[in-house]
Amino acid sequence: MNKYVERLYNGVVKENPTMVQFLGMCPTLAVTTSVINGIGMGLSTTAVLVLSNILISILRNIIPDKVRVPAFIVIVASFVTMVDLLMQGFTPSLYDSLGIYIPLIVVNCIILGRAEAYASKNPVLLSAFDGVGMGIGFTISLAIIGAIREILGAGQILGYQILPLAEDGGMGYTPITIFILAPGAFLVLALIVAIRNYYFIRKADAGKMAASDVEVVEIGCEACAMKDNCSGKTPEDAPAQSAENKEGVE
Amino acid sequence: MLSKLLVIAIGSAIVNNVVLSQFLGICPFLGVSKKLDTAVGMGGAVTFVIGIASLVASLLYKFILVPLDITYLKTIVFILVIACLVQFVEMFLKKSVPPLYQALGIFLPLITTNCAVLGVALTNVQNDYGILESVVNGIATALGFFLALVIMAGLREKMEYNDIPRPFQGTAIVLVTAALMSIAFFGFSGVI
Repeated sequence: MNKYVERLYNGVVKENPTMVQFLGMCPTLAVTTSVINGIGMGLSTTAVLVLSNILISILRNIIPDKVRVPAFIVIVASFVTMVDLLMQGFTPSLYDSLGIYIPLIVVNCIILGRAEAYASKNPVLLSAFDGVGMGIGFTISLAIIGAIREILGAGQILGYQILPLAEDGGMGYTPITIFILAPGAFLVLALIVAIRNYYFIRKADAGKMAASDVEVVEIGCEACAMKDNCSGKTPEDAPAQSAENKEGVE
Repeated sequence: MLSKLLVIAIGSAIVNNVVLSQFLGICPFLGVSKKLDTAVGMGGAVTFVIGIASLVASLLYKFILVPLDITYLKTIVFILVIACLVQFVEMFLKKSVPPLYQALGIFLPLITTNCAVLGVALTNVQNDYGILESVVNGIATALGFFLALVIMAGLREKMEYNDIPRPFQGTAIVLVTAALMSIAFFGFSGVI
């Protein structure tokens, strides 16, 4: 497979940021009340991701290793500010419904994670394709979660009523409103995680993969983009680490 | 004035809980809630940092960004200030208050990319809060985070002994629990 196509496939399917790596959970839960919000968030994140991947890849030999994380944060924050202002100007209704989550793209761990893991080590064009792949993977996942919540919670998709509502005791659909409220986000994500676990457990039971390879999804520090920069991975490691630091200071 | 502060505090600590209804800081909520004592440490560190960060961010906004008319740079300025602040707090605690550093220090680097910190700073600006209101809002939000994290850790310690269906083990059952907690917190929505 062409290595550029491979990058796209990697982002959308193999290492899908939401469904496989479970990164960027805050926007995933917060803005998926409808398909259109999910797609809007996904596309604005994609724009930031592609632009920051390109710039970080161009500057990868210039940025000193010690200050790379602050440098990445400044680059990402600049692009986020640009996207924020453009959306405020051209898509005011989407801007209002996404609200504070647009500036918060800065701390989306998918972007910093790709900068650390890929763009800072690879050539420009490949990094751009990596950003496109990851961004599309993120957008599709948000659209799917948004669709589930919009259908169950309002009987609509993209604002069109697909399930006719019950009127005056007649036949029809009664929306499960909780799915477009906060608890519904947690429930839908829990079901997606459980279905994913079930699929792998079934596969192992059928003998198609080793039982030892089945890992139930566990979101913890391993998923965090910053794990290599974090001085205290577990409380047990911390004293040794701080002793090292002390030597460095003195 | 006092009643306004109280409304802000209850609103952001309980009614609009930062984790359960605004979905900020989900990563530490899912990742650091396995044991009660680590949850308390993380909650304490977040409260500390959000308190200081919302003070510094609102001072900067009011006395530098607004007079110079560069408020559109607020995202960049706030994230840099938070990143530097976390470093300073870590260094200061290490030298001056070693017991506190022992308790909170290991969680501090994690907090730079915690979206709750940046989220509070931006909410303060969005709602035109003054300096005192910003600090109250920051500390109340952090206490809401603390509350959600500690409740979740307590529940997870109990759940260790439960017989959970295999597909739901791990994060799935934590998310279901979070959904139930979120429904419970929904009950507060009529308070204010």
